[in-house]
Amino acid sequence: MDYVLSFIIFLPAVAALVLALFLRGDDEIAQLNAKRLALFATVITFLISLFVIAQFDASDTGFQMVEQAEWIMGLQYKMGVDGISVLFVMLTTFLMPLVIWSTWDMKVRVKEYMIAFLLLETLMLGVFCALDLMLFYVFFEAGLIPMFLIIGIWGGANRIYASFKFFLYTFIGSVLMLVAMIAMYMDAGTTDIVALMAHEFSTDTFSILGVQVVGGMQMLAFLAFFASFAVKMPMWPVHTWLPDAHVQAPTAGSVVLAAILLKMGGYGFLRFSIPMFPVASHMMADVILWMSAIAIVYTSLVALVQSDMKKLIAYSSVAHMGYVTAGIFSLNQQGVDGAIFQMISHGFISGALFLSVGVIYDRMHTREIDAYGGLVNRMPAYALVFMFFTMANVGLPGTSGFVGEFLTLMGMFQANTWVAMIATTGVIFSAAYALWLYRRVVMGELIKESLKTIKDLTPREKWIIAPLVAMTLLLGIYPSLVTDIIGPSVEVLLHNYNAALPTETVAAAVTH
Amino acid sequence: MTSADFSIVLPEFLLAVYSLAALLFAVYTGKDKVAGLITWTTAGAFFVAAVILATRPAGAHEAFNGMFIDDAFARFAKVGILLAGATVLVMSQDYMKKHDMLKFEYPIIVALSTIGMMVMVSAGDLMALYMGLELMSLALYVIASFRRDSVRSSEAGLKYFVLGSLSSGLLLYGASLTYGFAGTTNFAGILSVVKDGAPLGVLFGLVFMITGMAFKVSAVPFHMWTPDVYEGAPTPVTAFFATAPKLAAMALFARVLHDAFGGISSDWSQVVALIAVASMFLGAIAGIGQTDIKRLMAYSSISHMGFALIGVASGTVGGVQAALIYMAIYVVMNIGTFAFIMTMERDGKPVTEIKALNRYWQVNPTKALAVLFMMFSMAGVPPMVGFFGKLAVLQAAVEANMTWLATAGVIASVIGAFYYLRVVYYMFFGSEVEPLDNTKGGVANAVVLVVGLVMLVGIINLFGVDTMAMTAAEALVR
Repeated sequence: MDYVLSFIIFLPAVAALVLALFLRGDDEIAQLNAKRLALFATVITFLISLFVIAQFDASDTGFQMVEQAEWIMGLQYKMGVDGISVLFVMLTTFLMPLVIWSTWDMKVRVKEYMIAFLLLETLMLGVFCALDLMLFYVFFEAGLIPMFLIIGIWGGANRIYASFKFFLYTFIGSVLMLVAMIAMYMDAGTTDIVALMAHEFSTDTFSILGVQVVGGMQMLAFLAFFASFAVKMPMWPVHTWLPDAHVQAPTAGSVVLAAILLKMGGYGFLRFSIPMFPVASHMMADVILWMSAIAIVYTSLVALVQSDMKKLIAYSSVAHMGYVTAGIFSLNQQGVDGAIFQMISHGFISGALFLSVGVIYDRMHTREIDAYGGLVNRMPAYALVFMFFTMANVGLPGTSGFVGEFLTLMGMFQANTWVAMIATTGVIFSAAYALWLYRRVVMGELIKESLKTIKDLTPREKWIIAPLVAMTLLLGIYPSLVTDIIGPSVEVLLHNYNAALPTETVAAAVTH
Repeated sequence: MTSADFSIVLPEFLLAVYSLAALLFAVYTGKDKVAGLITWTTAGAFFVAAVILATRPAGAHEAFNGMFIDDAFARFAKVGILLAGATVLVMSQDYMKKHDMLKFEYPIIVALSTIGMMVMVSAGDLMALYMGLELMSLALYVIASFRRDSVRSSEAGLKYFVLGSLSSGLLLYGASLTYGFAGTTNFAGILSVVKDGAPLGVLFGLVFMITGMAFKVSAVPFHMWTPDVYEGAPTPVTAFFATAPKLAAMALFARVLHDAFGGISSDWSQVVALIAVASMFLGAIAGIGQTDIKRLMAYSSISHMGFALIGVASGTVGGVQAALIYMAIYVVMNIGTFAFIMTMERDGKPVTEIKALNRYWQVNPTKALAVLFMMFSMAGVPPMVGFFGKLAVLQAAVEANMTWLATAGVIASVIGAFYYLRVVYYMFFGSEVEPLDNTKGGVANAVVLVVGLVMLVGIINLFGVDTMAMTAAEALVR
């Protein structure tokens, strides 16, 4: 079990290779075999990842299950998980089988589709486990390629625009991070993430072309990382690629994008920005809190006026990610705990919402809200599921959405009361857009001729949704399941953060 | 003494003898009928020369009173040049035969230009430098206009010749200035003169020489010839232009700057950095509007030269190492891409329009995937090896305190990514049009697949290129 992380990371890639090399033909049977193999591989990956969580010791705040080997150009291959990353690994392995299963009716280029998703799983797991700066970057960037192809090949009518926008937007953010990473490597002499966390980057002010850079190297590096993670997150005002990508991506692509890929941004803030640039984080925290507050209110309002269901949920995702960034940059235990919780919970909820939209899209081939109405009459089970996740999205107590929002708001309140006040209005807006969407799509009389023959959830769809319902409820009722694992690591993170600040700023922060 | 000298120049000497012998043999026997044979034997001769060089004991050897230097740096560059030349020759044979261009002069001229390149990267003296450079260039002018009956090919050759001569003139002028003020043409001699500050005349000479060399690597603002020559020349010739001579010219660039002007790196590093930035951006931006894949590759190579020049501009061991890694990866990527372009045809006629690639995925999925890997590699997206080339030069820039240069580089790489993605877009998402032929078999197709695989497998250890480049760089920068 020494190499369990590498094993789960590369198992999907191996399955993809097997598909690519050995599966021939594009008939019905070959397609089914491709789906079966992909499902099998992801399920096995999930089962093995259970060993990871079983083996994981939450009281140990260091990195566990670490693997290390030399690599090229002075870099290294190093993998490991801690309390912050282990749940993202679990989220990924848990969701991927459901994603694969949800594509069972897929008919076009199934083999390639499966390969793309399997590779994507490998790359996403790699991001969460990598403990070397460049290795992280390799996984982080490489994820763009399969997603670019998923949107571009299997996407909707306007897929070309969306795929290019997705790729170039995230690419420009990341390359700036690359320069910062290299600068950090040159400064610290290592790309080991654990060593870099202990390294103190200079905060001495210097000037570039006459402009004073307060916070020095830390600030520049922080901004470079921020450029990458803020785009990935996505934060207002660089979120515009997300609605396009979501609308054009096929259902499974949207699920992965919303449930896992967006979390890389938040994970990056926790893994790099705060531990490595504490002083810069402290200086920028207020700005980011305000940006998050704007994001929450603004994108909620934008969501309100959407006529496309997927776009509405995409904007809702941006708003929810606003809580995450605000929680992280509250820089206190509740805020950061809440942010991680919110990311995990949003993984289940947004995934389920995109799947729900996918269910009716598969039947009617439109995402226009106006094309629906009164679905409850013919689809009672669907109405129930959609209701549940609408409520979870709104943050109804008893669902995981509530815990995440409540904790982050509490964290925000301690850090900046005004921001918390504005952000709380977002809860009301989210109730408005989500419930209004529900009313327009599900409730009322079934008067549209085309909907008269629509069928309710199939058993397969029910089985895909069921685990998501279970997890959303479980985390809503018993949140310690998550907070017990992340708590100790977050505590250490914040302890180190506070220790790294110059004493006067800590004193000022306490009196603030 | 002389025998020791000759043992050092043995590979060049053997190749020269071989070229002349092959020329005589072909003239007196079957002429174009033996062209195929000569292509293979030339590639074989390249390979033998590469093996001789690769198995040489480490250390630097000088021949002809320092005119000719054989060190790890020269060997690295030469092995790269020879292998690139051999691959291009072998893979272009089918194309040449199909389009009635398989003449016996072609491999021989390529061999002559390769000798020029080898002399160039080994030059320890301004005279040897010029000799190598001219031997290479004259041979290249001829093969640019190899398709005599085609107006565009002739135009390409003429254009290349006129601009090339101009640049040679500038280089010569710079060399004479340097000689006049330094009193010697020997690199080591120049180095000792400029050790404590270069006289103004030498600086002028340096700038003119940089101009001449920038022309050879097609760096902005001396890039004008590149798109036209790339487009006009027959595709196999373009493939050759884009690979071996570029590697040689870049090595020469590093050689001259470090061996002769190493002490005054502060004087040239800003100039080179500026050329690098201009090349990266012009290559990235001007490539966007291209509709012809060969012209696109021309702009792509201008941009790539900019990146490699970042390594040179940083003026450190790491910088030279990075430039060499970058060039090695660049050459491999270009060989693969041009091998693919050679196989692009519709109804048996060569096609170079990018639009023709529409839905190529349906024609030949494996090849399309290989090209996808190459395109992402050129864009510098991990995990393809192209990323590690970019990483190396960026590291060198940051190490040399030129973070601004690295930042400019990555921004240019994002702009450039657009046109590589565009190729992918046509191949995978494009609309239905008249598809290209599904060409199968032949060396070119094999090269496409192998290079595609290399793009991905290379990340395991870069095939050891990084350590070899390190040895080479350490030999050059002392």
